[in-house]
Amino acid sequence: MLRINTIVFPETIDEAYTLLSKNKKNRVLGGMIWLKMEDIQIPCAIDLSKLSLDTIEETEEEFKIGAMVTLREMEINEPLNKSFGNVFKDAFKDIVGVQMRNMATLGGSIYSRFGFSDVICALLCLECEVETYKHGRISLEEFTKLDYEQDIVEYIYIKKTGLKSAFTCVRNSSTDICTLNASCTKYEDHYKFCIGARPAIAKVYNCPLDDVSLDVLCGSNMRGSKEYREKLVEGLVTRLVRKVDGDAC
Amino acid sequence: MLVKIKLNGQMIQEDVHPQTLLLDWLRDHGCYSVKRGCETANCGLCTVWLDEKPILSCAMLVSRCNGHAIVTLEGMQEQAKEFAHFMANQGAEQCGFCTPGLIMNVFAMEKELKNPTEDEIKEYLAGNLCRCTGYMSQLRAIKAYLNRGEQS
Repeated sequence: MLRINTIVFPETIDEAYTLLSKNKKNRVLGGMIWLKMEDIQIPCAIDLSKLSLDTIEETEEEFKIGAMVTLREMEINEPLNKSFGNVFKDAFKDIVGVQMRNMATLGGSIYSRFGFSDVICALLCLECEVETYKHGRISLEEFTKLDYEQDIVEYIYIKKTGLKSAFTCVRNSSTDICTLNASCTKYEDHYKFCIGARPAIAKVYNCPLDDVSLDVLCGSNMRGSKEYREKLVEGLVTRLVRKVDGDAC
Repeated sequence: MLVKIKLNGQMIQEDVHPQTLLLDWLRDHGCYSVKRGCETANCGLCTVWLDEKPILSCAMLVSRCNGHAIVTLEGMQEQAKEFAHFMANQGAEQCGFCTPGLIMNVFAMEKELKNPTEDEIKEYLAGNLCRCTGYMSQLRAIKAYLNRGEQS
């Protein structure tokens, strides 16, 4: 059971970080979907809702998305989806239900770095950076390799490249966690694939346009065996290539 | 912590414990339409509106609702009565435990989507699980309800 001693609503990011670093058991609250299921005691829960991190801003070069933006807001944001070939619509629409996606935050999904994350898989195939309090602005790929530490995800930046991207996945049943998820962006001379729910965290694979055989390291869990996932990789990669090449699939 | 919450149009101000879930708080305030289901933010039974958006009250702290408006099925009785006719006509309810959450999400969908297709309806309501009906009777009732203007 989750126990919370006190909840605070800091008004600056410095105040939020100071409160967070006071006790290693203090936590920043995202959508609380997973946190709520943990059996822990939180001396001080930190809610970031007063930090104006709930906006999606668009400039000529990039999108700047606050950590408190919900998955549903990204899913239905037309400029965002138009710029990246509906990647977010496709990636988020099967995550449980609308109610859950109205609560789950981008920052919570990024910070948690879950292996099954559709959010990280979708973002990794794009030119995406994370801004955290401690690290400043670093690439999402670099962030996924960091150890968990007391830090606060503030913004996500997605560069507008004009390249075609796509997302696809396989679930054992509708709205379940993915057995495998995959995304792809087509560059001038190569494809950038991202394969997630392997079941480990999503990983980037680059390969030339004329040879899309990927050597993806998969594993087994209750949703699928290593061998099954390896077969799925072949199918999903073919599907993604058709999508970004513009063929029907 | 002192919170001020507008519940079904009525302002409530009171002290709450930081870990009190919105679900428990609502039931303590007589909103028994809000059901405790999976408690893992999956089944949709505890759906309520927070500032007119459907959320799961089993995964929301009441202290995070300070300064916001909550609506439960108790606050939408007239609309619910109208919808109930369509559910009854299609035999779309058996045990009825999931119905309040489903209705809250159907009303949210009605506000958000204009003339939704069957696939859009299924997608929007995917987070409302029902172990009795098999969904087909619910789907027929929802489609009839959404098309009620045309039928009349």
